[in-house]
Amino acid sequence: MSREKTIVLEVNGRRHRAAFPPHRTLLEALRELGHVDVKCGCEKGDCGACAVLLDGEAVDSCLTLAWTAEGRAITTIAGLGGATSPHPLQEAFARLGAAQCGYCTPGLIIASESLLRKTNNPDDDAIRLALSGNLCRCTGYTKVFEAVREVARGRAVGGTQ
Amino acid sequence: MTAIAELPPAVPPAAPNVNWRQIGRPLERTDSMGKAVGATRYAGDYTMANMLHVKVLRSTMASATLRRLDASKARALPGVACVLTAAELPDRLAPTDIPGQTGQERQKTDQQILVRERVRYFGEPLALIAAETRDIAEQAMALIEVELAPLAGVYDPVEALKPGAPIVQGENNVVAAQKIRKGDVAKGFAEADLVVENTFRTQFIEHAFLEPEVGLAWVDENGVINIRVSTQVIEHFRYVADSLGVPHNRVRIIGAMVGGGFGGKEDVTVEIYLALLARATGRPVRLEYTREDSLVGHGKRHPFVMTYRTGVTKDGRITAIEAKFIADAGAYVFLSPYVLLYAAVAAPGPYRVDNLFVDGQAVATNNMYTSAFRGFGGAQACIAYEQQMDEVAKALGMDRLEFRRRNYLRTGDKISTDVPIRSAVWTDRCVEQAWAALGEPTKASDPVRIGRGIAAYQQSYGRITWLHDTSEGWVGVEVDGTVIVRSGVTDIGAGQTSALAQIVAEVLGVTLADVAVYNSDSAVTPLAGTTTATRALYMTGNAIKLAAEAVRGRLVERAARQFSVAPDQVDMAASRVFVADHPETAMTFADLVKLCAAEGIHRSELAMFRAPFTDRLDPETGLGQVHPDYVYGAHAIEVAVDTETGEITVLKSIGAHDVGQAINPAAVEGQIEGGAAQGQGYALSEEMIYHEGRLMTPSFSEYLIPTAMDMPPVRSIILESRSGLGPFGAKGIGEPALTPVAPAIANAVADAIGVRIADLPITPEKVVNALRQLASRPLLSAES
Repeated sequence: MSREKTIVLEVNGRRHRAAFPPHRTLLEALRELGHVDVKCGCEKGDCGACAVLLDGEAVDSCLTLAWTAEGRAITTIAGLGGATSPHPLQEAFARLGAAQCGYCTPGLIIASESLLRKTNNPDDDAIRLALSGNLCRCTGYTKVFEAVREVARGRAVGGTQ
Repeated sequence: MTAIAELPPAVPPAAPNVNWRQIGRPLERTDSMGKAVGATRYAGDYTMANMLHVKVLRSTMASATLRRLDASKARALPGVACVLTAAELPDRLAPTDIPGQTGQERQKTDQQILVRERVRYFGEPLALIAAETRDIAEQAMALIEVELAPLAGVYDPVEALKPGAPIVQGENNVVAAQKIRKGDVAKGFAEADLVVENTFRTQFIEHAFLEPEVGLAWVDENGVINIRVSTQVIEHFRYVADSLGVPHNRVRIIGAMVGGGFGGKEDVTVEIYLALLARATGRPVRLEYTREDSLVGHGKRHPFVMTYRTGVTKDGRITAIEAKFIADAGAYVFLSPYVLLYAAVAAPGPYRVDNLFVDGQAVATNNMYTSAFRGFGGAQACIAYEQQMDEVAKALGMDRLEFRRRNYLRTGDKISTDVPIRSAVWTDRCVEQAWAALGEPTKASDPVRIGRGIAAYQQSYGRITWLHDTSEGWVGVEVDGTVIVRSGVTDIGAGQTSALAQIVAEVLGVTLADVAVYNSDSAVTPLAGTTTATRALYMTGNAIKLAAEAVRGRLVERAARQFSVAPDQVDMAASRVFVADHPETAMTFADLVKLCAAEGIHRSELAMFRAPFTDRLDPETGLGQVHPDYVYGAHAIEVAVDTETGEITVLKSIGAHDVGQAINPAAVEGQIEGGAAQGQGYALSEEMIYHEGRLMTPSFSEYLIPTAMDMPPVRSIILESRSGLGPFGAKGIGEPALTPVAPAIANAVADAIGVRIADLPITPEKVVNALRQLASRPLLSAES
């Protein structure tokens, strides 16, 4: 494909050089590069399963063209933490049973992290609003909400972020 | 009369003083952390070298003749490896019946794999394309020339029953009929002081699992077709083999953690397409549905038209029920006969009805075919019988809960099909506790009105007993004292594998972290059956418990010799083995296992659990045993309705269920919370809209499932009668969690606005129209 351009994507602190055509979405590019922790749910921006942090802000990677992410810090769910050193949101989601089938979980945690980076101690309505772009069919959001609220309160008390 | 399998006698409620160490604790599920950190691999996360990408070309008409299909330009496109049309396929069909394990006779309901001549629904597959990239496969799709000639279709099941209606397939449009004749309804209606008749309608709905259908297939060096796929049923390997004409042992299906199922991954999805292309190309092939493919391409929940006539005495005793169901089966049969059966069995709900008449028909149309969906006909019936209970109570001038109390089915009473219920029936406790938990009514002022609703239910767990369901499982102990479980069970997100680990940890006295579960491989893990029908815990849990108990028995016997005590004095807990009355006489679990290994004592077991086996129902009466047992419970709702805009807000949502025994209460809560959300969407916002068979809601912009903004915090009340047939007295919660939610919401809305909207979903538009009609009838509005 002659229209491909080689770009550099920085994902979770690691730099990838790869060629992509102009219509390649960031979701497709990330998964091609092996970041399959980013999930594909609708490719239309309806479900939020593919959310990643782009310079610290949650975006639907299916609505972001790969070329436009060049030079920006991309953080996926795996970039927040792993099983041996989970991020507080990951720890709370796991402990409180906020993940069931788990397919929407990466997007929900990314959206939550984006909220908590912007807002200190968000109220319940702010949490609901922040999660409203992420569809979940298993949990009814009850335990998701509890997990996010618990971490938000913890951060507010601890004074971090 | 059909044979009744032997069942255990009615179990007294809740044995006191149970001393379980793992069961009943809200442990962090074994699969939780992997999912929270994005480490869990789903079927779509696997790729292979030299892999091809697959697309499915679908019909753009719902009823048509395929005049011409020319794939020559697509085949000539560089990068296209293979295009399959009906012309290239062997003359075989895809089985669509419920999967079985025991060689029971199946229905003859097979479906064409690709359209040969006749298109029967919008989206029916015409061709399969395998190409080097997804982009090329998409370009090739556009190059296939298709000429369709429209045919008269039928899009409404009531229309489809009329003389002269277009016939979808075969001789007529009735694809299944189900009746129940219990007692004497004529006598029952004669005894009634009041007869209330209403018709309720439900809509097409979509499972909307977040992970679309996906799979990867390859032919290995032994000629075995391997398929890694997102499915609830790895045992479809038999159907895939049959549809290709290869022996059953030459198809292997490997699962992965499933990104949601709800019945939508119960039928075959991408497996046959992948198998055909892997064989045709000799290369690995991957097919991932887009969301639109998924919304178009798998079966939906059956819309039902349900007419109820209920006879009651003045003091609120039900004397007879006559229920008539018409279900839209869509263009192919799939599981329609069974869904209809479940609805018929559920028809009276959790109430004692001695005189019952049910007539149901599942009717073919050129709409999308309908099949399994959480609740499986029982959910549709509940939407009708619980709204009808409220309407009858209103006609009697009796409190809704009091009317229910006077009619509850109790242990020992005969259910709809005239067999007694043996387990605990705690409908009364569930209703009272859910209702009480609503607390003080929320205050509101005009134009907002507050309403409350309750719905109780009876929902089966375990498969239909004449399917002769079995489940196998293996448990083994490694020499370092860790434990391995092998089970074919698919994990669709409800904690199926974690529950197995918890059961084994309980039996062997180890911790959850000591147990590793390997699951979902049809060639390697013992076949456990389907993850459907609220059967995974009941069936697989029992099989694994049997296997673990056999291993425990041998270990305990060896320990008893070591301690010079009788085996019944040996206990195991916290990875230690000890004499119950002298805990200081002990050794570690790992040391005991080493001792057994050194002496060649068998440290593993393959066990089979068998559900009750029965014959089919009496065809004349529809009476006999259908299911192993039933779950009972209730959901309570409070809503606010804005009478100007019609907007409905669910304020309180409370599920109370007797689950028998919660293996993991946190996981049970998760099911209740998720069921509350799915049921809320069913009641208020979700509808797959078809216009002459064509889907008008092909994305989540049109098909609206509840978001975090729509859901109140859901409260779960878990009751434990320990009377179930599952491990430790468990029943089940997967389907029951959903079943009562939509009718509870419908009842709450009717309570708020004083008029019933009998067709789901209850949209703002319907609310406003109903209130407008009410206002135009001055005599009635004076009363309300």
